[in-house]
Amino acid sequence: MGSDRKLRVLIAKPGLDGHDRGARVIARAFRDAGFEVIYTGCHQTPEQIVSTALQEDVDLIGLSILSGAHMYSFPRIMELLKEHNAEDIVVIGGGIFPTEDIPKLKEIGIKEIFEPGTLLEDIIQWVKTNVKPRGAAEAA
Amino acid sequence: MGKKMFSESALERMEKEYKEWLEVYKKALQRIPERLERFSTVSDMEVKALYTPLDLKDKDYFEEIGFPGMYPFTRGVQPSMYRARLWTMRMFAGLGTAEDTNKRFHYLVNHGETGLSTAFDFPTLMGYDTDSPLAKGECGKCGVAIDTIQDMEILFKGLNLEELTTSMTINPPASVIWAMYIANAENQGFDRKKLGGTIQNDCLKEFIAQKTLMLPPEPSLRLVVDTVEFGTYEVPRWNTISISGYHIREAGATAVQELAFTIYDGITYVEECIKRGLDVDAFAGRLSFFWNSHIDFFEEIAKMRASRRMWARIMKERFKAKKPRSMLMRFHTQTAGCSLTAQEPYNNIIRTTTEALAAILGGTQSLHTNSLDEVYMIPSEEAVTIALRTQQILADEVGVANIIDPLAGSYFVEALTDKMEEEAMAYIKKLDELGGMIEAIEKDYPQMEIADSAYKFQQQVEKGEKIIIGINKFPSPKPDLEILKIDPEIEKRQIERTQRFKEKRDKVKLQKCMDELRRRCEGPPCWENNVMPALIDAVKAGATEQEICDLYRDVFGIYTDPGTF
Repeated sequence: MGSDRKLRVLIAKPGLDGHDRGARVIARAFRDAGFEVIYTGCHQTPEQIVSTALQEDVDLIGLSILSGAHMYSFPRIMELLKEHNAEDIVVIGGGIFPTEDIPKLKEIGIKEIFEPGTLLEDIIQWVKTNVKPRGAAEAA
Repeated sequence: MGKKMFSESALERMEKEYKEWLEVYKKALQRIPERLERFSTVSDMEVKALYTPLDLKDKDYFEEIGFPGMYPFTRGVQPSMYRARLWTMRMFAGLGTAEDTNKRFHYLVNHGETGLSTAFDFPTLMGYDTDSPLAKGECGKCGVAIDTIQDMEILFKGLNLEELTTSMTINPPASVIWAMYIANAENQGFDRKKLGGTIQNDCLKEFIAQKTLMLPPEPSLRLVVDTVEFGTYEVPRWNTISISGYHIREAGATAVQELAFTIYDGITYVEECIKRGLDVDAFAGRLSFFWNSHIDFFEEIAKMRASRRMWARIMKERFKAKKPRSMLMRFHTQTAGCSLTAQEPYNNIIRTTTEALAAILGGTQSLHTNSLDEVYMIPSEEAVTIALRTQQILADEVGVANIIDPLAGSYFVEALTDKMEEEAMAYIKKLDELGGMIEAIEKDYPQMEIADSAYKFQQQVEKGEKIIIGINKFPSPKPDLEILKIDPEIEKRQIERTQRFKEKRDKVKLQKCMDELRRRCEGPPCWENNVMPALIDAVKAGATEQEICDLYRDVFGIYTDPGTF
């Protein structure tokens, strides 16, 4: 059954900011929670992120951004996923977001935004509840 | 024996009475047990309940503590410290366009700030102009956008660059931005020999922590040495590297790791400059440092005191420096951004105040205090005013600036200072064994040590072993704070300005300058091939930051984040 395989997660850092503490901590936490984790490293363009996500056949993309450039990179990533018929990949965001941007990000399909102070445990729980391996629904 | 701080007989009595106290203490714990099973600093260094002269029984005051302004500088780098001159109040500022930041600079100076500090936006930090496709959405967000010498002119308009010192947080493109600063200052009639300030220019910690990545380590170091060499001869009042622990700490390092990796970066720069043929006493006095002041009060003070002693010893013993100036570690401090919370943001004022106090007691030469809203955004004018006022209150009301190194002799602070040095020296030995910092970076060693510490700290927070008020104790939702907004329209305006500037340049002259710069970059590193004179000519001829950085990338290659965790 499809849902037996481990969740595959891409942690990605769009844009030019180098604040990677959160990304690296969540990557480790996801790995310790039993997910397969791929981390892009800093300074990725939306094109690079989507291409890695497709190549690695991930179920979830976690975008970490602290530069304030999310209103450019997040919509662009969602657009590219759509172009590649990969809208079923769940996308979440972590970092610093002005409150009024959060509903806008959810509107374009970002499933959840995790803000500063969120505990790892809560994020892992959210993923376990909300993300299933891709194709699992069809297989079931 | 005569050099010890306590007599044998005093120590004997101390030993006896300490044991007696220990019994009393244990009995008291039977009645009311301690709050925690184990007490440790924010870096998880264990601390005892009580420190006494027994912890300092082997201490040689003259060798290890000494006097302010004298080797090994444990008690401070100036004989008079803040009694003569307060630390420089230097608020890191940069937002939007050069006009916006210039306005903020004037605001801060008018409110009593005594030095400037420039935050650049991410494209500028990474060597891209605002019109680069990679810069989309980033213009002016985390700092000021500087593409050309014209932006530099606007940035410092109306500020006396021979009186105010300017710090610029810029790393891989440091040589370019410094050239723009010097060129603009000269265009405004200032003398480069009188310019004072700092470029961060610490490429090694970029690979380790801050991740503003552009060139591979070797050519990055070559450019750093070029700037040190040029500064030594041409801009003698400039601090050519600010060897920075701040970002290493923010990335999750412990205090000891911050101390060790930063000092080892310093060792590496000194070695490289000596290899270029510079005399250690000619340049070492212009190296400066940059520490993080985190939330654990005594740990920070001990770290700063230990850092001065370590550097003095390393410069004297390892590098055979002769001038005291080469041995004294001057440093800037910034309070810890990572200690702040988005929840109950006004609590951040208290955190910052405590951290600023530690920096002052640690003997800092300049200080940035974070604003309460920096978890959200670049600070608003109101928030930055509170942060600046925090320093001014500590300077003028609290009385801590009236005595030099008042915590010297504290059994705890001295013992912790020793422990900091001891543990950091163990890391330094390890880095020597690994073959130096570049090899260590290639082996991912400091990066993974820091990642381990960051993860461990987060796990301690999750388990409630480390407390953050508003997060895991008295949890509180994130409020909707009134924050500063950067108009997305400025990106378009900045692109237009840069493009108009480019059209007006003398293309033949510019090409000649770029050819000369390329010739120097491609040649062996030496004074004749030092990039700085060619850079100053190039930016005066209108070269943009990215045009020069593209040339660098073309000649030296590109370094990308390996993405390990």
